[in-house]
Amino acid sequence: MTNRLEVDAVFKRYGDVVALREMTFEVHAGELFGFVGSNGAGKTTTMRIALGVLAADRGEVRWDGRPIDLESRRRIGYMPEERGLYPKMPVGEQLIYLARLHGQPPTVAKRSVRAWIERLGVAAHRDDEVQKLSLGNQQRVQLAAALVHDPALLVLDEPFSGLDPVAVEIMSEVLREKCAQGVPVLFSSHQLDLVQRLCDRVGIVRGGAMVACGSVDELRSGASSQLVVDVPDAPRGWADGIPGVTVCAQDGTRTVLELPQDLDDQVVLKMALSTGRVREFAWRPPSLVDLFRNVVSDEVAG
Amino acid sequence: MSSAWQPVALVARREITTRIRSKGFRIGTLVLLAVVVAFPVVLRLATGSSAHSVGFTSQNASLVQPFVAVAEASGANVKTATVPDQSSGQQQVRSGALDALVVGSSGSIQVVVDRTLDEGLRAAFIALAHQQALDAQVRHLGGDPAQVSAAVASAQLDVAALEAAPEINGQRIALGIVTGVLIYLSLQTWGQVVAQGVVEEKSSRVVELLLSTIQPWQLMAGKVLGIGQVGLVQIAIVAGGGAIAGLVTGALTIPASAVAGTVVWLVVWYLLGFFSYALVLAAASSLVSRQEEIAGVVGPILMLLVVPYVLGISILPSKPDSRLIEVLSLIPLFAPTLMPMRLAFGGVPVWQAVLAVAPVVLMIPALVWLSGRIYRNAVLRTGARVRLREALRAS
Repeated sequence: MTNRLEVDAVFKRYGDVVALREMTFEVHAGELFGFVGSNGAGKTTTMRIALGVLAADRGEVRWDGRPIDLESRRRIGYMPEERGLYPKMPVGEQLIYLARLHGQPPTVAKRSVRAWIERLGVAAHRDDEVQKLSLGNQQRVQLAAALVHDPALLVLDEPFSGLDPVAVEIMSEVLREKCAQGVPVLFSSHQLDLVQRLCDRVGIVRGGAMVACGSVDELRSGASSQLVVDVPDAPRGWADGIPGVTVCAQDGTRTVLELPQDLDDQVVLKMALSTGRVREFAWRPPSLVDLFRNVVSDEVAG
Repeated sequence: MSSAWQPVALVARREITTRIRSKGFRIGTLVLLAVVVAFPVVLRLATGSSAHSVGFTSQNASLVQPFVAVAEASGANVKTATVPDQSSGQQQVRSGALDALVVGSSGSIQVVVDRTLDEGLRAAFIALAHQQALDAQVRHLGGDPAQVSAAVASAQLDVAALEAAPEINGQRIALGIVTGVLIYLSLQTWGQVVAQGVVEEKSSRVVELLLSTIQPWQLMAGKVLGIGQVGLVQIAIVAGGGAIAGLVTGALTIPASAVAGTVVWLVVWYLLGFFSYALVLAAASSLVSRQEEIAGVVGPILMLLVVPYVLGISILPSKPDSRLIEVLSLIPLFAPTLMPMRLAFGGVPVWQAVLAVAPVVLMIPALVWLSGRIYRNAVLRTGARVRLREALRAS
């Protein structure tokens, strides 16, 4: 049992539109994998193919080295992008039903539902119809629906969208906990700071293919770091004259610079000191937002 | 095999518990039951087939026997009562307890009524007067009136019909109409419940969650089987309850076996009709994503139920042997509505009853295949209405 999810060269076309081209990546046991990309990049299509809701034209999704089939799908916890539950069915009954559909025996299903609605703070709504719940609580029930059958793999499409800060905390905690139990967790999100904070590895998707994949540190290597210099007394354009230096941004008294590899940053410091006080002089590793922006700007350029 | 059917059973059970718990189901069933129980009683009152009560005084009590005899012969339904005297009898006529009071004696019969004399009773009284006059003459000529009566009674007319005329019986008509209404309402109602259920899953998007763990055919089969069972329970309660009430109250006097046969055929045809139509309706409704769009796709299919029903209910009561209905009732699409009606009206040859079932039974597997294909290709495509041709093409 390697408990590893492999997406291998998956290709999907809708009419003339190619949605996925050779999408390839792996999610290992006990790993939180964040899936980021612009809308329409292919994240949802990949997840739907993994769940068998959509058929791939080519390529394969494997779990434990075997192509995913009906039997293994029942052990996946899934949160579709399009949230959906029966609006008129009571919360508890609905979750038990979903757990049973995933193959759980009745007593186990009941116990598991009770535990999860308590954990996710919706136990008081057990007998209420889903449509009577607030949107935030509906999201919690949706998450419970992905968890009640004790899944061995989690695939969550935008699990954080629409959640209040408390629910975001609970959700993050649950994902980390599942991960610690050895469950591979794949989730997509537009909240890049959250992805950076949570994930062991990140995959950036563009135009239906994986363009960058690895830990945030791995993704940073290769990308140039930025130098932040705060010089309150300096005139505008103080750094323009330094050869090789690019001014990325001017934020109040702070200037964000990019330096070529061979340039000594002490040159920049001397220049800064010559303008007066220096309140801050720091190298900043690129955030996931920066990395993502690079990828997107490549996309625009290319 | 058993593991593939387990999700089907779970889906079916959800449908059953959800539907049976709904207020609509309980109220609907009670209303239908009330209508079905009340219908034969109301019909009997409306056609006035109840017995007329005729009072006699002690002076003319000897007329009771001959009157009952002629009334029976002329087909009038009567019951007789003896009143102590004329004035109390007249009181009863005025109050409506008696329809007619006989005063006078065998020589000159007088009838007291409140306003008018019922035509059937008038014929019976005229026959009685004729009988009395005849008896008097026979006696006068030295003959035996009883002997003459016996001789007259034994003279009968033999009619040789070239084709057997259908027996038109008020109760059979009532049974036929109730059967027609029940099968039509059941197929309409439960067919539409299936369509709404399919679209509910699409519009709420829960279908994606469901289909990530079970297969489309399992979801569709569970839904159709579950809702079909709920409809079966309802039609069995209503038809069975109506039949028992009719027999117990005496509203139905035709043989109990004929009533039971009608109920059994009704249930059989409900099942055949439901599965034929529900599968097609499930497939058709899977093409759309919003409740408002359902009518557009299921309307044309439901017309296949409406047309034979309207034809049957308007033609059969006056012409149970209509050739048009006979032919239509053997066509698989129309058989579910028309055949149970014809069977309730009576006079259907056994070969026709059996022949009508066979093509429907053969058609269902084909519908399973076709509907399953459309449903599988269309149910996950939300948004604009899916074109039928696209849904039929393999995904």
